[in-house]
Amino acid sequence: MTVTLGHFLSLGAMLFALSVVGIFLNRRNLIVLLMAIELMLLAVNTNFVAFSHYLNDLNGQIFVLFIMTVAAAEAAIGLAILVLLFRNKSSISVDDLNSLKG
Amino acid sequence: MSVTTGLFYAFAAILLFAAFRVITARNPVHAALYLVLTFFQASLIWMLLKAEFLSIALVLVYVGAVMVLFLFVVMMMDVNVENLRVGFWKHFPFAAFVGVLIALEMAAVLMGGFRVIDAPGAVAIASASNTKDLGTLLFTQYLLPLEVAAAILLVAMIAAIALTLRARKDSKYVSPGDQVRVKSRDRMTVLKMAATQDAPPVVDSEAEKKE
Repeated sequence: MTVTLGHFLSLGAMLFALSVVGIFLNRRNLIVLLMAIELMLLAVNTNFVAFSHYLNDLNGQIFVLFIMTVAAAEAAIGLAILVLLFRNKSSISVDDLNSLKG
Repeated sequence: MSVTTGLFYAFAAILLFAAFRVITARNPVHAALYLVLTFFQASLIWMLLKAEFLSIALVLVYVGAVMVLFLFVVMMMDVNVENLRVGFWKHFPFAAFVGVLIALEMAAVLMGGFRVIDAPGAVAIASASNTKDLGTLLFTQYLLPLEVAAAILLVAMIAAIALTLRARKDSKYVSPGDQVRVKSRDRMTVLKMAATQDAPPVVDSEAEKKE
């Protein structure tokens, strides 16, 4: 029994489902929400790498490189916004972000 | 069952366990550390897929930079964790239902649908170095996207600095720019005045008293 493409794709799907559950559970905690988004991107990247290996096409790995770039930028800006939020509100709860509510 | 298969199942089990702990950990610091473990397992799985460069890049970029950033931010903030976990278990059944549904559906499609491509492709590109191939592709066909990615990183860096930079209003300091731009006439004013001055007329007070 060898590992097939389906195994890797299923692993990616499970990881993605776990991060969706994480977003549901930690609705208030902004830090864990960011971590769940990182997990989602990791699942997608795993799918890309698996396809790249099994279809013998390096373009998938190039795409993973660009996704990692964008994810790093997203994490940096997201954490900067988080720091700014904590400075102004002394809380990182999503429920406190209702300043724009009419 | 070959060694690769055994390694895959071991890595996948640890990966899923660590991901589960990330989303359920009470302490955000523990969540960040479990996320490090998750990324490490994922990089090992990518290594099984013969994506050596990306595997090392994942460890360097994520474990080395992004997760350290996460840990810095988590430790910098004094977060009231209990307040954030209100309603955590209330949402658990629904969340678990949605998650299991997604995972089962996708696994059902994927395990059946992609069994045709069992063997990793021919030895067309597998022989050469993965890093060299990636580099060749990146600097020929994907040169413009690479430049755009670099610009995105620069913009992200400037944005992060600009967002978190704050000028302290309570500190007293002299602006170096103002110091450089100052001219001598701003510092010293020359007043024209006569060298000698007429004394004011003396009022004879004694004479006034006598009168």
